[in-house]
Amino acid sequence: MSRRIAGSPAMGVASLLPLAVRGPRWDGRFTVLILFLPPALVLFTLFVVLPVGEAAWYSAFNWNGFGRPTNWIGFDNYLFVLETRAFWLALRNNGLIIAVSLAIQLPLALTLALMLAERFRGAMALRMLFFMPYILAEIATGLIFSFVYDGDYGLVASVWRAFGAEPPHLLASTDTSMLAVLIVVVWKYFGFHMMLFIAALQSLDKTLIEAARIDGATRSQTLRHVVIPLLYPTIRLSVFFAIVGSLQLFDLVMPLTRGGPADSSNTMVSFLYNNGISRMRVGYGSAIGVILFVICVTFAITYKRWFMRDE
Amino acid sequence: MRLLGKLGLAAAACLLGISVAAADTTVKWLHIEVNPAQVKIWEEVARAYEASHPGVKVEMQFLENEAYKAKLPTILQSRDRPNIIYSWAGGVLKTQIEAGVLDDITDQVKGYSDSLTPAALAAFTRNGRVYGLPTALSQVGFLCNKELMAKAKVDPAGIKTWDDLLAAVKTLKAAGVTPIVVGGADKWPLHFYWTHLAVRIGGKAAFDAALRGENGGFAGETFQKSGELFKQLVDLQPFQNGFLGFKNPQAVGYFGDGKAAMTLAISTVYHLQRALAADKVGLSEDKICWFDFPVVAGGKGAPTDTLGGITGWLITKDSPKEAVDFLKYFVSKDVQTRLAASNFIIPVVQGADAGLNNAFMKLIAANLAKSNYHQNFYDQSLGPSVGRVVNDVTAEIAGGSMSPQDAAKAIQAAWKQGN
Repeated sequence: MSRRIAGSPAMGVASLLPLAVRGPRWDGRFTVLILFLPPALVLFTLFVVLPVGEAAWYSAFNWNGFGRPTNWIGFDNYLFVLETRAFWLALRNNGLIIAVSLAIQLPLALTLALMLAERFRGAMALRMLFFMPYILAEIATGLIFSFVYDGDYGLVASVWRAFGAEPPHLLASTDTSMLAVLIVVVWKYFGFHMMLFIAALQSLDKTLIEAARIDGATRSQTLRHVVIPLLYPTIRLSVFFAIVGSLQLFDLVMPLTRGGPADSSNTMVSFLYNNGISRMRVGYGSAIGVILFVICVTFAITYKRWFMRDE
Repeated sequence: MRLLGKLGLAAAACLLGISVAAADTTVKWLHIEVNPAQVKIWEEVARAYEASHPGVKVEMQFLENEAYKAKLPTILQSRDRPNIIYSWAGGVLKTQIEAGVLDDITDQVKGYSDSLTPAALAAFTRNGRVYGLPTALSQVGFLCNKELMAKAKVDPAGIKTWDDLLAAVKTLKAAGVTPIVVGGADKWPLHFYWTHLAVRIGGKAAFDAALRGENGGFAGETFQKSGELFKQLVDLQPFQNGFLGFKNPQAVGYFGDGKAAMTLAISTVYHLQRALAADKVGLSEDKICWFDFPVVAGGKGAPTDTLGGITGWLITKDSPKEAVDFLKYFVSKDVQTRLAASNFIIPVVQGADAGLNNAFMKLIAANLAKSNYHQNFYDQSLGPSVGRVVNDVTAEIAGGSMSPQDAAKAIQAAWKQGN
């Protein structure tokens, strides 16, 4: 549900608007419109607009999913959500993921991309190697890392023992569980961002760089004043993906920690699942969904308007 | 138009085909059992039933436990719903009855139902109407590892009170043995401590009063005290390292590997630990001991009161009468005796416990027979919305992030929000 909610409404709005303002020029375009608009519109309405509307409607009920919702409680579900400590923890964790994506993942991806965009022996192999984690399914990644982190048999444990220390159970402590999740997130997604940057670097206009060289710019000057500014559109896109991805993060968390211990590693979506769906509190879950939706839409629209208006 | 006509004909042909096929009845049976040995017996029972009832087909469907719980409301309201579904009775069953998604089978099981253990049948009865049939019972208690207990010179038979248990934990720790293993990531294994303490402290009266909202409901004295006593145990750090990261199967395997002296578990773990041990052999029967959950000084509950599961099968709305018929066949003395003989269940059909051929299973059956108050698992009897909160807060007490008082209040708050 959240995946669908995340970016598409904003894009939908953006792509519908031009049609509305274009005015009545009913020539060949009208036929095209009649033929091609309905399928998209029907799908969009059926699977995006209606569910969003339904979620908003359900969020006003105390409802266990049986029959029709009847017990109207107004905005109480929203109050319940805001009173839940786990909600704020989940929100904080989403913030943490975004912060780590921006502060660690993107610089790392950019650095690697700058190194690997050039052609040299082994560059392709390295690119593939770094990209591989991204190909892996999230659930599989989660399971693999739950073994890696295991305090008795895991890789981490043997490294700790090699130094003669008592191995920690990273996933079992409220202090370290989120850290452990963050490490996996960076490991899994940096390759994707690296590929974005490599693609952008390869399509850069080489003459600009040459010109800078001829004008006597050093390597680092070229990088700072020519290459990176030219990469801004890609960086903005990469940031957009990182933030939307963080808001959607779920399938990596479930096999690792299920959001625990004591809700310390819940994301918004795993919080929705744990507290809404698995408890059959459809109204409460819908309220979380609506809050998440509002956050996503606000972000998507603001970001598009402020940072991506050139594209 | 011609094309449409052809399509119409084809559709009509399809419909006809379906109606011909529907002359045979299919009973769809949805289960969550993961033990292949037990499913094999069920399959055989289903095939035997089909052989003796021409025209009836029994179709087995499977869903994983958590997925089943999450999908059930949707499944029950779909037109293609299964006819027989798994149930833990309790609050979830109550919700389903109130929603009108189940068939009242009182009249169809009249007479037959006398063969069932009354307490087990009562779990599937509401206001005198029967909505399903029980199949198995279980008890929660301490399984222990004889060798490790002996190593620390702790006599399991001597653990009668909560203070005895605390003392045993201290002795085991001093001897360098991990006292207790628990699957804390799944939370419900931890909720056994808190709920069994409540059973011991307040007995049936306290639970019923809490349901009526009397004496402060679940925020009342009994439930605060359960948390406090549980905290006494937690403060001794009795669990294995990283217990909050262990899922239940891992914890059961850990016990089967002989790495911890005790585990508070459902009686079925006695056999399950072998399958989940690293060497798939686990602890042999002569190496396992069992003691009932200790009593609490001044507690109002009787020492014979038990905590455990009552599981069974429900018939969904508008199911064919063959579904009930098959269920009666499945919960019959013959089949129950067979399942009991393989040590899969403590049977609910009277006389089927003769099939039990294992000392441990016989002991559990005797305990359950003696019990006047068998408390169903809280996370089932209180329904999902409140039950999960019980699981959450007990895990928080165990993790040290919540006080026993706040835990009791959180449950009461959830109870109020949900009802």
